[in-house]
Amino acid sequence: MSPPTHKSNAQAALTLRNVTKRFDGSAGRVTALEDITLDVREGEFLVVVGPSGCGKSTLLSLLAGLEHTDEGAIKLGDEPVHSPGRDRLVMFQQDALFPWLNALENVLFGLRLKPGLTDAERLESARYYLNLVGLGNKEKARPHELSGGMRQRVALARSLAPNPRVLLMDEPFSALDALTREQLYGDIQEIFTKRKKTIVLVTHNIREAVCLGDRVVLFSPNPGRVQQVFDVNLPRPRRMNDPALANLAAEVTTALSSHLTADKQ
Amino acid sequence: MKLPRFVIPTFIALAALGGWEWFVRVGHVNDVLVPAPSHILQWFWWALFDQASFESGHYLIALQKGELLPATWVTMRRLIIGFAIGAAIGIPLGALCARVRWVRDTFGVLALGLQTLPSVCWVPLALLWFGIREEAVLFVVVMGTVWAVVIAVQESVLNVQPLYLRAAQTMGSKGWHLWSRVIFPAALPGVLSGMKQGWAFAWRSLMAAEIFVVIVTGFGLGSLLNAGRELLRMDQVMGVMAVVMLVGLLADLVFFAPLERWLRRSRGLER
Ligand SMILES: Nc1ncnc2c1ncn2[C@@H]1O[C@H](COP(=O)(O)OP(=O)(O)OP(=O)(O)O)[C@@H](O)[C@H]1O
Ligand SMILES: [Mg+2]
Repeated sequence: MSPPTHKSNAQAALTLRNVTKRFDGSAGRVTALEDITLDVREGEFLVVVGPSGCGKSTLLSLLAGLEHTDEGAIKLGDEPVHSPGRDRLVMFQQDALFPWLNALENVLFGLRLKPGLTDAERLESARYYLNLVGLGNKEKARPHELSGGMRQRVALARSLAPNPRVLLMDEPFSALDALTREQLYGDIQEIFTKRKKTIVLVTHNIREAVCLGDRVVLFSPNPGRVQQVFDVNLPRPRRMNDPALANLAAEVTTALSSHLTADKQ
Repeated sequence: MKLPRFVIPTFIALAALGGWEWFVRVGHVNDVLVPAPSHILQWFWWALFDQASFESGHYLIALQKGELLPATWVTMRRLIIGFAIGAAIGIPLGALCARVRWVRDTFGVLALGLQTLPSVCWVPLALLWFGIREEAVLFVVVMGTVWAVVIAVQESVLNVQPLYLRAAQTMGSKGWHLWSRVIFPAALPGVLSGMKQGWAFAWRSLMAAEIFVVIVTGFGLGSLLNAGRELLRMDQVMGVMAVVMLVGLLADLVFFAPLERWLRRSRGLER
C-alpha cells in the first residue's frame, strides 16, 4: 500500500486531507467516505475504482463542491472548495441532459457560460465535440429522442466542450457499445495530453481504469476508504489489448477480489 | 361501414334539443321558466344583431339591442387584465416562496389559506375599498388568480430535479442564469398547469363579482345574466350561460391546450 503523499506540493490540483463524509439516510447513518487523504496532481489522470457503494460518486460530489465534508478539508490549488464552479465540471453517472434543450443546445450550455469566446467559436466547438462522439447528425434531437448510449455521449460532449481545468467523470463510458468506447478511449487520451487537463474518472471497468489512468486508486467499502494506489507507467496512447496493460489490470482485479472475499468471511 | 366519430354525438345532441323543444311546445313546462331552444336562439340573434324586434331600455340596466358582443368584450378584458396582473404577481412571489424559507413559511402558508377562500368573499371588501368600479372587479379577479399561481409555482420550483441544478452549477450557472435557463424551464409544466388553474379561478370569481354587483364602468356578461333574471327573460339567462361556457372552452382551446401539447411533445411526455 503506498502511503499518502504529505509533501506540500504546489503542483497538486486537488488535495484531500482526512476527509470524512456521512449521510443520514432512511437506513440510518452511512459513512460513505472515511479519512480519505489523497492528492490529484495538476495534469494527472486519476482513476477511481471500487465495488458499488464505496463512495466513488460521493467523492466526486465533494470535489465538485456539491456536497460538504463532515471532517477534513478539500482544496483546489490553495483555495478551499466550498461551492460548485466552472473550473470543476462534472459528468454525472446518470446523464443530466436538459429535456427542454436539443443535443446541440445542451452542449452549448456550458460553453455559453465560458467568457472570452465569440458565439461562432462556441457553435464551432459544440459541433466539434458532438462530431467527436459520433452524433453530428443528431444536433436537433431532444434528449428523449436519443437512445441511452446517445444521451450519455451528448453528456460526454457537454462536459468536454468547455475545456474545464478539472474534469470529474462518473462512469462516463458505461452505457456505450464496445466500438464507440474503444474510439473514445483514444479521443479522451488525446484531449488529455493535448489540453493538459486534470481528470478524475470513476469506473467499474478495471481494464478501462488501467488504460486511461496515470494512477488507479482502489477504494474499499463500508466505510469507503483508499485501499491501494497503483501507478501506471505505460506510454500513451495506450491500447486496450496491450499485454502489459492486461497484466496490471489482473493485479488490480486480484486486489479488488481479495478484498471482496475477505469481506465475505 | 364505420361512421366518423362525430356522427353519433351530433345525433344525440340534436335529438336532445329536439326533445326539449317539443317538451316546451306541448306545454309540459312553463315556457317563461324554461325557454325552448328556439327562443334562446332568437335571443342570440337579437342580442347580437337585431335592430327592431325588441323595445330597448329598462330602468335597471340600459339594455340595448346587439349588446352581447360588447358585454363579452368587457368581461374578457377584465378577465385578461386581471389574470395578467395575478400571474405577474404570482409567478415571482411563488419563486420567492420556493427560494427563501421564511417567505415560504409566511406568504406560502398565507397563500395556501387564501387559496381555499372562494374569491367571491372578496367582493364586499373590494366594493368598500374601490367602489362599484373597474378596480373592484379587477381586485376580485386578481385575488382569485394569484394564490393558485403562487402555490403552483412554489411547488413546481421545489420539485425541479436536483440533478439538473447540480449539472448546471458545475457548468458555472448561478443566480439569474440558473433561474432563467434551468429552474424556470424545468418548472414550466407545473407553472403552466398552475396558470390554468388560476385562469379557472379568475373566470369564476369574475362571474361572481359581475352577477353580485352592477359595475357602473361597464356591463359584462354577468350583468347581462343578472339583468335577464330581473327581466324574467330566461332565454337571456340561458343564452349568457352558454356564452360563458363557450368563452371558457375557447380559452382552453386556443391558449392552454396548444401550449400544453407543445410542451408535452417537445419533452417526450406524450402518451
Ligand atoms: N444522498 C444520500 N443519502 C444517503 N445516503 C447516501 C446518499 N448518497 C450516497 N449515499 C450512500 O453513500 C454510500 C456511497 O454512495 P456512492 O453513490 O458514493 O457509491 P458509489 O461508489 O458511487 O457506487 P456505484 O459504483 O454503485 O455508483 C452508499 O452506501 C450510499 O447508500
Ligand atoms: Mg456512483
